[in-house]
Amino acid sequence: MQRHDFIEWADQYLRGELTAEDAIAFESFCRTEPSYSEVFEQHRLFVQDLEKNEMRHAFQQALIAEGNAFEATKYHKTGQKTTSLWSKLQVNAGVAAAVALISVFSTLWITGYFANIKKANTDYSALRREMNSVKKNVTEQHKAIQNINNDKNKNSSSIHFGATGFMLTRDGYVVTNYHVINGADSVHLQNVKGQAYKAQIVYTDPQKDLAILHIADPSFKILKNIPYTFKKQSSELGEDIFTLGFPRDEAVYGQGYLSSNTGYAGDTIAYQISIPVNPGNSGGPVLDNQGNIIGIISGKQKGIDGAAFAIKTKELVETLNKIPADSLKGNIFLNNKNMLSTLPRTEQIKKLQDYIYIVKVF
Amino acid sequence: MSKIRQILPTEISDQEIVDGVSKGDSRAINKIYKIYFPLISRMIVNNSGSEDEAKDIFQEAVMVLYDKITQQKFELSSKLGTFLYAVSRRLWLKQLTRKGNSANTSDISDFEDLLGIEDDLERHEETELKFDQMNKALSQLGEPCQTLLKDFYIANMSMQDIRDKFGYTNTDNAKTQKYKCLQRLKKIFFNSSLEK
Repeated sequence: MQRHDFIEWADQYLRGELTAEDAIAFESFCRTEPSYSEVFEQHRLFVQDLEKNEMRHAFQQALIAEGNAFEATKYHKTGQKTTSLWSKLQVNAGVAAAVALISVFSTLWITGYFANIKKANTDYSALRREMNSVKKNVTEQHKAIQNINNDKNKNSSSIHFGATGFMLTRDGYVVTNYHVINGADSVHLQNVKGQAYKAQIVYTDPQKDLAILHIADPSFKILKNIPYTFKKQSSELGEDIFTLGFPRDEAVYGQGYLSSNTGYAGDTIAYQISIPVNPGNSGGPVLDNQGNIIGIISGKQKGIDGAAFAIKTKELVETLNKIPADSLKGNIFLNNKNMLSTLPRTEQIKKLQDYIYIVKVF
Repeated sequence: MSKIRQILPTEISDQEIVDGVSKGDSRAINKIYKIYFPLISRMIVNNSGSEDEAKDIFQEAVMVLYDKITQQKFELSSKLGTFLYAVSRRLWLKQLTRKGNSANTSDISDFEDLLGIEDDLERHEETELKFDQMNKALSQLGEPCQTLLKDFYIANMSMQDIRDKFGYTNTDNAKTQKYKCLQRLKKIFFNSSLEK
């Protein structure tokens, strides 16, 4: 038997392809021929090694593949984790941001931050007087604390603002600034003698910052003829002027000159005047030496000395012409007979002060 | 949460893994990776190793386990994790000493000897050598001999199929060719082992 035939036979035996008789024949052949038996044994082990080698190789490849796959999934997983975390927290983050924004802006709004911004953005200050507001607040708090157990709710109305106003006609029409009576519950006018009358708002002109009031009180007696006149032509720079107003509860005289033909930021409806004015002067008349009213004090510029503003009389006349006839009780006829022109200043003021009122806004 | 699930080998027992490895089951390989790799990787990375080195060491340790399982009746004398950890540590220390970084290697060698790991490693190295030679011999053998032998002895293809696949005129030719290839392979293999 040739060697390669024997190996072929052995392969068939190892693969179990032989019939039972043939297998027995192969085994007995090996027993009788020890040299072939050795060859067979060697061949068997070699084939086994070959098989094992292949399996081991396959295992190693699988291991390496698994290692790479593991690494890939690890990185993939971490990526997935962050995205899923974000998608999970997206809603929460949105809600948190919304809450933060709402609380920030509501806090700012409640504390009046925006109102302050608005105020701070302009250095124009309207000259109405906040009447003893701090003191009053404190006393009201005291009252509230004292009455904390009393259920009696006292309806104590409070003065919010004070300003100045003056007579247009002897039958009770008074002019003041719009910003004084803006948002008012009721308006009262008080003259130098201390008599107070309730007034009605007849007409307002927010653009020109003017308001026309009418004294509606039955106790009001029609006055003597108004001593001053209204000068509709524009006045000259450097003209001496004076005013009378109520920056406090007593009438205060102020004197100065007309310093510019335009008002705040080039506003053509007003003059710039150089008179010391203070909160409470708003609505006060500006008169020249002859006792003609040339304007109405409305405000001043912060941070600049002697820059107060007065609305021109011409604008007042225009406003009066715009008032619908229905809202008037009879026409407004402005006085044109000046009784002050020849008088010294002190006399002028004496005559003047009866026609100038403290405007109290509640 | 997922990490905890990876560390705890609750779903599969050591014995199941051992059985899977001996059959070359890819699911067993997957489990081994999931359960033991993080621990061993951390050990190596904490001891001045890189992720890639950890991967190499771990794969070699698994091969040590494979050789141990396939060459003798494997008994679980310790937990599979302990075994793999000890082997990986030993292999890593060897690599470190080879690199010349032999600081604090003495304290752990004791407990590894207790586990008889040195024997396993020696056997692993021998097997590695043998199979290296076999692989080299196979690659030296070249085509079509290599594929022919693999198809016959490993894939268990019939002589008829081999004849058709390789285009021999009859099965006897194919048988002769197979015999020649096998003889050449044996020659290369035993010559190279004699050289060693």
